[in-house]
Amino acid sequence: MKRLAALTVAAVMAAAPAMAELVFPSLSYRTGPYAANGIPFADGYADYFTLVNERDGGIGGIKTRIVECETGYNTEKGVECYESTKGEGALIYQPLSTGITYQLIPKVTADGIPLHSMGYGRTSASNGKVFKWVFNYPTNYWNGASIMIKYILGQEGGDIKGKKIALVYHNSAYGKEPIRTLQELSKKHGFELSLLPVDHPGQEQKSQWLQIRREKPDYVLMWGWGVMNQVAIQEAANIRFPMDKFIGIWWSGSENDVLPVGAKADGYKALNMNLPGSDFPIYADLKKYVFDKGMAAGAGDQAGTVLYNRGLYAAMLAVEAAKKAQEIHGVAQITPAMMRDGMEALDITAAKMDALGVPNFGPEFSVSCADHGGGGQAVVQQWDAKAGKWNVISDFITPDKSVIDPLIEEDSMAYAKENNIQLRCN
Amino acid sequence: MPDQLLYAMEVTLNGLMAGVLYALVALGFVLIFKASGIFNYAQGVMALFAALTLVGIMEGQVPFANLINAIFGTEIHTFGWQVPAVLAIVLTLLVMILLAWCVQKFVMRHLVNQEPIILFMATIGLAYFLEGLGDLMWGSDIKKLDVGLPQGLNATIDDLTYGWFGYGFFIDNLDIIATVVAAVLVIGLTVFSQYSKQGRALRAVADDHQAALSVGISLNYIWVLVWSIAGFVALVAGIMWGTKSGVQFSLSLIALKALPVLMLGGFTSIPGAIVGGLIIGVGEKLFEFLIGPMVGGATENWFAYVLALLFLVFRPQGLFGEKIIERV
Repeated sequence: MKRLAALTVAAVMAAAPAMAELVFPSLSYRTGPYAANGIPFADGYADYFTLVNERDGGIGGIKTRIVECETGYNTEKGVECYESTKGEGALIYQPLSTGITYQLIPKVTADGIPLHSMGYGRTSASNGKVFKWVFNYPTNYWNGASIMIKYILGQEGGDIKGKKIALVYHNSAYGKEPIRTLQELSKKHGFELSLLPVDHPGQEQKSQWLQIRREKPDYVLMWGWGVMNQVAIQEAANIRFPMDKFIGIWWSGSENDVLPVGAKADGYKALNMNLPGSDFPIYADLKKYVFDKGMAAGAGDQAGTVLYNRGLYAAMLAVEAAKKAQEIHGVAQITPAMMRDGMEALDITAAKMDALGVPNFGPEFSVSCADHGGGGQAVVQQWDAKAGKWNVISDFITPDKSVIDPLIEEDSMAYAKENNIQLRCN
Repeated sequence: MPDQLLYAMEVTLNGLMAGVLYALVALGFVLIFKASGIFNYAQGVMALFAALTLVGIMEGQVPFANLINAIFGTEIHTFGWQVPAVLAIVLTLLVMILLAWCVQKFVMRHLVNQEPIILFMATIGLAYFLEGLGDLMWGSDIKKLDVGLPQGLNATIDDLTYGWFGYGFFIDNLDIIATVVAAVLVIGLTVFSQYSKQGRALRAVADDHQAALSVGISLNYIWVLVWSIAGFVALVAGIMWGTKSGVQFSLSLIALKALPVLMLGGFTSIPGAIVGGLIIGVGEKLFEFLIGPMVGGATENWFAYVLALLFLVFRPQGLFGEKIIERV
C-alpha cells in the first residue's frame, strides 16, 4: 500500500506541470515547402533559450521551457498550435508567419498574451495605442520599403526622379504589404513604380522577368518567400539583370535564397534586421554551453546563417523583455500580462548588445506604450558568391517616418474603429 | 514590326517552352493512369524524391545521416566523394526502380480490384510517406542541382532575332534542353507502348486487369514496370525543375502545374500531355501578357484551369483522351 501511495505521488508529480518555469512556445515549421527557412530560425530560437538555461540558470533564476509546435507554415495549423499551447502558461507568441499573425491578433487580445511579429505581420500593429498586445519591433514591412528607397536615393546621389523601380512580390497579403508605402514614396520622389505579382509558390516567373527585360527598370525590389526567391534570383541572372540593382526584403535574403543559383547570384542585395555570421562573442558561449554539450537544436548545422541569427535575435529580445518584466514587477515568475509590460518597456542599447555578446547585432531601439514598432532600422547586405557569405554594406538605415507614420496612423485607426477599440496611452 | 507583336512572339515562344516543362510532369501521371487507372497523387513528390536522391548521390551524402548521428552520437554527413552526374543519374534510376518495386510489393498488390478512389487515397498516403522519407534521407535544406545543363539566355537566338527584328528574343537554354528531352521521351514512350511486347502487355492491363491476367500477363511485373517508367519521367522532371529552382520541398508542388495539362490533354494520351502542356503554356503566358496588366497580373495559375475547363466543356475526355462508351 505504501509503495502504491509512493508511486501515485511520484506519478502525480511527474504529470503536474512544473511550477517554476517560464514557457516560451515556438511555432516552428520544420516540415513542408518552407522547412528550409523554418529550421534555422527554430534552431536559433531554441539554442538561445538553452544557452540562457545552461549559462545563467534561466531568467532571474527560473528555467525557461520551449514548447515547440509544428505549423508547417500553415495558418490553420498555426492557430491550432496556439490553442493547444496557450494553456501551458505561454508568455509570448512569435508565429513566424504573417497569415498566422493576422489570425492570432484577435485571439491574443482576448486571451491577454503578447504577440511579437518581428519584421512581419500587420505593420500598423506598431501603433500601441490601438494594439495593446501586439508588437512588431524592431522593424516592419513599410519601414523596409522606405529603407530600400532611401538606400537607392543614396546610390543615385539623392535624385531618383524619373527612375523606374519594379516590385516583384508574392501575390499574398505579405507580398502586397509594401505597395501602399512605395506608391506614397513614388509620389514624393517622382520615380515610376511597376508592380509584378507572382502567384504562389513562385516556381514559374517567366512572364514577370520577360516584362522586366522589356521595361528595363533601374532597380527591382522583391518581397518573396521560399522557392519564389531562388527562382527570381535565377531568372534575374538569366536575363542578365544587374544583381547590385536587385534588392530583396529580409525574408528574401538568406543563404537558402542565393546558394542554389551559384556564382550568378553574386552581388544580389537584401535588407536585414540582424547581422549575419558567427563573428560575435555569443558564439563562444553557444559553443561552450550548447554545441559542445550536444544540446544544439535540430541537426546543429545552422549556426551563423542569416535565419539562425534571426532566431537567436528573436529569442534574445524575448528574454530581455522577460528580464524587464521581472524588474518592473519584482517577481521572477512572471505572467503574460507582466511580460507585455516588459516588452512595452524594452530598451535595446548598444551597451546592452555588447553585454549580451552581440555587439551591433541589431538596431538600437526602444519600445513605448504608443510605439510598439521600435526604430524601424535595417542594414543592406550583399551576397559574395565566391566567399559564400553575406557582407553588410551599409549602416543601420532609418526609414522615412514622415511617410510611414501617417500610413500607420490611418490603418490602425481604421482597425480601431472597426473593432471598437478604446485608444490607450493618453 | 510593332514592338507589341514582337513581345507577343517572344511570350508565345517562352509559353511553348514552359508548356514542355509542365508536360514533363504530366507525362508521369499519364503513364500510371494509362496502365492502372490510378491517378497518382504522388507523382510530384516522386519528382522531388528523385531529385533529392540525385543530388544526395552526386554529393556523396550519407543517407539518413541526421538519424544515424542522433542515434549513435556520430558526426557523419558525407562519404567524402563526389559522383559524376551520369553515374548518379543511373544510380538514382535504380533507386526509383527499387521504389517502384516497393510500391507494388507493399501497397498496390494488396489493392487489386479495389475502387479507383481507394487507389487514389493510397497514392495520397504514398506522397506523404515519400516526402517524409526524402526529408529523413537527405535533409530539408535547399540543394543546388548541377548536372551540367546550360542555363540562361541563348545568345544565338538573341543575335538571330535581333538581326531580323531589331529586338533579341529571350529563350532560356534550359528550356531548349527540356524541349529536346521531352521530344525524345515522347517518341521513346510512344514506340515502347505501341511496338514492344511489354508495351502491348501494358495496354492490355490498362484495358482489363482480369482479361490480361487470364492470358498470362503478370500484373505485378507490369505495375513495377510502369511505376519504374513513371519514376524515370519523375527523375527527368526533377532534374529540369530542380536545376531551375534548386532542389527543395516545394518541388512537389509542380504537380499543380500538371493538372490543367491533364484535364486538357486527357489522362490516357502521351502526345496529349505534350499538346496539352503547349496549349496551357502558351495560353497562360499570352493571357498574362495581354490581359494581365489590366487585371493586376498573376493570372497564370487560375487561367490555366479556366482554359482546361473550357476544353472540358466540349471534350470531357480531354483533347486526346479515350472516349468512354458504356454499353447497356
